[in-house]
Amino acid sequence: MSGSMAWKRYNMRVIWLSLLYAIFLLGAIYAFKHQLLSGFVAYVAAILPALPIIGIFGAIGRYLVEEEDEYVRMLMVRQTLWASAIALSAATIWGFLQSFNLAGHIDAYYIAVVWFFGLGVGGCINKLTLGAPVGC
Amino acid sequence: MENRLRVLRAERSWSQQDLAERLEVSRQSVNAIETGRYDPSLPLAFRIAELFGLTIEDVFESPSRRSSKAI
Repeated sequence: MSGSMAWKRYNMRVIWLSLLYAIFLLGAIYAFKHQLLSGFVAYVAAILPALPIIGIFGAIGRYLVEEEDEYVRMLMVRQTLWASAIALSAATIWGFLQSFNLAGHIDAYYIAVVWFFGLGVGGCINKLTLGAPVGC
Repeated sequence: MENRLRVLRAERSWSQQDLAERLEVSRQSVNAIETGRYDPSLPLAFRIAELFGLTIEDVFESPSRRSSKAI
């Protein structure tokens, strides 16, 4: 989005959090596959992969606080609004389809996946409407 | 919002990057303001005007005055 220090810090945070996510996820998959965990520890291990994802949401918030270029900040705000609109709409539609037995069950964490997809869509919309050089 | 940024910049032979560095914003911000795709906040509008030694009204055209001219 930009070459600002805030953007570089954001990228570093996302890289580290993604690495942490991969480690926690692979660890949890291995532990549950081999039935190494039970009780409270199993709950902790199951939640651990979610924490870096939450961290990425936090990193985006931190970026919005740290970014000093108001136009670039506005672009990211627009992207997050599109992401939220797309993810919440998809979750609502799927929820009703599921309630009326017209669609199968999907794990709730896919909402986060759709949100990140929406972030990309928001970047494309910025590009199309404002000509902003945002990755999409 | 219409503005005279491109003219003021050209008078000084500044590129968009030169102006961006002076204002401590990105080149894309300067481009967006210059082409009227983004209206700067009041603090940034003041910074732009002060950089050129002008008032905000000398750089940016008031949308209300513009519409009243049209009438």
